[in-house]
Parts: sequence; C-alpha cells; structure tokens
Amino acid sequence: MSAPDVLNKARNGGTDAGRRFRLPPALRVPAVLLAVAVMAVLPRIMNLYWIDVFVSIGLGVMLSLSLNVILGQTGIFNMGHAAFYAVGAYVTAILNTRFGVPVLWLLPAAGAAAALFALVVARPIIHLRGDYLLVVTIGIVEIVRITLTNDPGGLTGGANGIFGIARPEIFGMKIRKGIDFYYLIWGGVGVTVLLFWWLHNSRFGRALSCIREDDIAAEGCGIDVAHYKLMAFVLGAFWAGMTGTLFAAKMTIISPSSFTFWDSVLLFAAVILGGGSLTGVILGAFLVFGLPEIFRDFAQARMLVFGLALMIMMIIRPQGILPPAPRRYDVSGFFASRRSGAAETWPAGGSALNGPDDGTDAKPAGGRGAS
Amino acid sequence: MDQFLQQLVNGLAIGGIYALVALGYTMVYGVLKLINFAHGDLFTIGAYLGMTLFVSLGLAGKVPAWAAVTLVAVMVMGLVALLGWLLERAAYRPLRSAGRLSAVVSALGASIFFQNAVMLIWGAKYYVYPETMRPDTILHLFGMGIPAIRIVIIAASVLLMLALYWFINRTRLGTAIRAAAIDQGAARLMGINVDRIIALVFLIGPGLGGVAGVMVGLTYGQISFDMGFSYGLKAFTAAILGGIGNIPGAMLGGMLLGLIETLGAAYLTMAWKDALSFLVLILILIIRPTGILGERVAEKL
Repeated sequence: MSAPDVLNKARNGGTDAGRRFRLPPALRVPAVLLAVAVMAVLPRIMNLYWIDVFVSIGLGVMLSLSLNVILGQTGIFNMGHAAFYAVGAYVTAILNTRFGVPVLWLLPAAGAAAALFALVVARPIIHLRGDYLLVVTIGIVEIVRITLTNDPGGLTGGANGIFGIARPEIFGMKIRKGIDFYYLIWGGVGVTVLLFWWLHNSRFGRALSCIREDDIAAEGCGIDVAHYKLMAFVLGAFWAGMTGTLFAAKMTIISPSSFTFWDSVLLFAAVILGGGSLTGVILGAFLVFGLPEIFRDFAQARMLVFGLALMIMMIIRPQGILPPAPRRYDVSGFFASRRSGAAETWPAGGSALNGPDDGTDAKPAGGRGAS
Repeated sequence: MDQFLQQLVNGLAIGGIYALVALGYTMVYGVLKLINFAHGDLFTIGAYLGMTLFVSLGLAGKVPAWAAVTLVAVMVMGLVALLGWLLERAAYRPLRSAGRLSAVVSALGASIFFQNAVMLIWGAKYYVYPETMRPDTILHLFGMGIPAIRIVIIAASVLLMLALYWFINRTRLGTAIRAAAIDQGAARLMGINVDRIIALVFLIGPGLGGVAGVMVGLTYGQISFDMGFSYGLKAFTAAILGGIGNIPGAMLGGMLLGLIETLGAAYLTMAWKDALSFLVLILILIIRPTGILGERVAEKL
C-alpha cells in the first residue's frame, strides 16, 4: 500500500467520502458560534417537554463523546459503557443520600470511581482482539446491572434503586427547573467538546489515531499500545462517571433499569453512526437519542422504526455520517529548511511534523530555521 | 443424590438448547466474522411461531402430541430459516465489504427491529405454551421422577447436533462451509460460491435457533418477547466457551454452560445465576480466549 493510500485509508473504506460534508476552514468558527447561539436560544422557544428531551440528548451527547475516545478514536470495541455511567451515578447517589455531600462536588469522585473501576476491569482484558472485547464488555455491563439489582450490603437499593438525591447548587442557586438543567448539561457538553477537541489534537490523541489505524504499526513506532489503550479506556470511563453524576442530579431517582445493555448499545450506535469525529458523534447522538422522540407518532412501533432506521443508515453510509478527517501535515517547511542547509536545526525549528494541520493546507510552514 | 441427578437432567436440557442457539452464532461467526446479534431474536420468533402454528393448525387431539409437535418444529425450522436468509440478504450482504463495526450496528438494528416486531404482533405479555402441546408424563428412572419432555428435548437436541456434525464433516456442502470459514478467498478460487455458502449458513443457523425456541417453550412453558436477549447472550457465551467458529465446541460449550448454570443456581445462589454465566465468559476470555476446543489462535492481538 502506497503512502497516500495509507493516509486516506479509513476503517470503513475511504475517509474522503465524508469530505463533501466538511465545512471549509474559514467557515468553521462561525459555524461553531452559530451552533452555540442556537443551543443557547432554543430552550427559550421550546416547551417543557422538548426541553426535557434536549436534556436527555445532552446527556447522550456527553456519554457518546466519552465513548468516542474509546471506540471511535482508539478503536476499542466497548459495548458496556453504561457500566461506567452506572458506577458514577450510584457513587453520586450513595454519597449524596448517606452523607449529604453536595451533588456537584461529587463530580470528580464519581469520575474517579468509574475510572478506577474501568482500570481494574480493563487491565486484564485490554489486549483482547476486537470482538472478544466487545463480548467481555457486554458481560461487564450485565454483571454490573445484576449486582446493582441484587443490592449488595444494602447499598444500591435493589431493583427500586436510590431516590431522594438532592438537587445540585451552583453559587447558592438551586437548579431544579428544566431550563436550568438544560444550561447545566449543555454547558457540560461544551466543556466536553473543548476538552476532547484539544485531546484529539494532542500527542495523546495522535497516538490513539495511530493505534486505531494499525496497532502493530503503532507498536513499531514506539507507542506503548497497551498503555495508551488502557488510558483511553480509563479516560472515557472517567467522563462517563461524571455524566452519571449529572444524570443522578437530574433524575433524583436512579435504578438499575437505566443502565442496561441496550443503553450501551445506543451509545455504541451513536458513535459508529457518527463516524468517530467530534461533530459526527454529536450528530449521531442527536439521531440515536432524538429519533425515537420524533418517531413518537408511531407510538408502539417507534423502536421498530428505529431498528429499521439503524440498519438503513448503516447500509447507506457504512463509514458513519462524518468520519474524522485524515490528519494532514505540511512538510514543505521541513524540506525548505533542508534545502537552505539548516537541516541540523530542524528538530527545534521545524515544528511542522509535530502538529496536525487539520486540513488547512494554507497554514504557514513551520521551518522557521530557514529564514 | 436424587436432587443432583434431577439438576443434571435440567442442566443438560437447557444446555442442549444453548448449544443449538450457539451453533447459529458460531457458524455465522466462522464464515463472516460477524456476531449476529439478531440471532437471539430469531430464536424468540421460533418460540412464538411454534405456539401460534400449534394452536392455529388445531392438531390437538386429532394426532398424537409427539407427531403434532414434530410437525410444528419442522415448520418452524423452515420459516425461521427463511427469515434468517432474508435477514442476511437485507441487512448484512450490503455491508459485506464495509467495516465490521457497521455490520455489528446493522445487526443490533435488526435485533431491535425483530424484538419490537414480536412485541407488536403478539403483545408485550408473557405467553404460556398450551398444555396439550407439552404432555406432563413423568418418567421414573432410578427411583426418581423426571419429566419425559426434558429427556425428549435432550435427545432431540443431540440428534440435531449429530445430524449437523455429519452434514458439516461428511458432505460436499459441509466441506465447502468449512473451507469458506477458513479462507474465503481460497475457497472462491477452488470454485466455491461463497455467497451461497453464507446464505446456506444463514438458513441452517436460524433454523436450529428456531427449533431451540420451540424447545424452550416446551421445557419451561413460558415465553416472552424479550427472552431472545438473555438466551442469545448465554448461547454466545457457550459458543465462546467452546471456541468460537468451532462447531463441536459450540455443542460442548452449550452443554457445559447449561450444567454450570443449573448446578450453580441449585447449589450456590439463585439471584446471581445470570451473573455466573457472564463471569464464566469473562474468565474464559482472560484465561483462554480461544475457548476449550478452539485451535486457531487469535490472528491479531
């Protein structure tokens, strides 16, 4: 396979197929600002029902983005993400109802608990090949659900779950109305997007992409594949645990029925449907968590239509709505510096090879050593 | 001791059912490397079709119960096999060249579709198999009572497995299936029409799964629209336990899992019965990912 082939290769046959959906670089910032503005104005014109739907979608988006780090960016088949979400939500509920710790303070605790759980369960299985990992993670999510239902030590409240979780408070302001939750959760989505965008473009993110494309080649490039896979897993679980806190705060009641295999399936579908890029996964989550609401007219048949839609969407667009853009690097600066005889300075000056160019070919070259 | 033997029979009966469903998973996985998540729901459809056919044919009382049940089982086998073939045509074949993950999502979509279709057609409530369909004869063996139906179920599942084993190992088509499972490209070069082999696998697997659905109805009497998920997952566990892609492995894995689960529920804990099988699954994957009989080591770790 020649070099351009490798660059253009996507998991599902040709990333470039997503190109015509991609915005030109100049329009990206305005588009993001517009999206933020629309999301900020929306709850002012929606009724309570739709605000509630959008709060659920927001939680779905956060969870899908956290799964995307594991599944979309690293290519680890995790179909048990609801397990980490559950750990976060239950840690929040238990600490809040028993010890009265304010809910939002529990965000890091819930995240840490989920991350620790992920570390313990993923450590022995992370080396497994794709499908095997998929099945093990299904096993994990089922064991977690059964454990929660069986109420070990009277901690989890059995099938009824835990109720009476306190409302969150920010600077003395109690959040109880739907619209307040809307801003809290979509604010959380904003933070998530910023963080994961930064992560995607970091050294860590590049290592993950490399592992996804070919883990043997990644190992050959000096990437500690097992370590990075584990870290991606733990990070995704951490974020899912924090989302669990928001979920517990929103619902005030949680029970094992919110964290089943099927909830994991929906997240999995959102990521694959989205294609693995941040924008794609957000759109995927909107489809997966929003479509059943739109299909509500079909009443009983809405999940039937949803299953059908899932099949059709995969057949029409197997690579997902918006697969991640191939990373492009402008190496002209590097060659320019070579030509002008400044080769010995290139590791310091030629930063072109270190940063992704994000598809903007017009970016100034990094070979400053040449001037 | 009596109780132990009784549990042994129960374990083998449910094990035989797991094994039949596991065969569908393992054959599809062997040829396509796809976890057919909709397989459990085809099994459910088999259970419902069996009940409906039996009632609507009105055979009760006119012919002996065993003849009626056999006839219904054969019809269910044919119908569910047809459905499996349709599923492959509609949901999997268009994705053959695409990535495996998109096929997995398509399979999940199919599973959601079938499960809700069953719910819409038959309703969300539990169904009970008609008494006329499951004679409650008790056999007295070694001084204890065993429902005759369980023995029949064990015999039938073993018979079906032997037939499949013979078909896979002794016939030309069976050889073609094995060849396609080992290397599709090479099989194609040898003049095997791989597309037809895949279609055949999707006839056999769901056919056996459908019969297993009828067997569950006969053994436990009760069926529900969402039972495909837990039976499917356990059957898949059985397939992995024996070595995924390995046909005798699925049979062995099914029987073993049935025994582990039944004996575990009887002597250890009832509430953790389901967790036990998943624990077995995780342990086997950590200790020996190829399963008991699997010889081909994972190609890429």
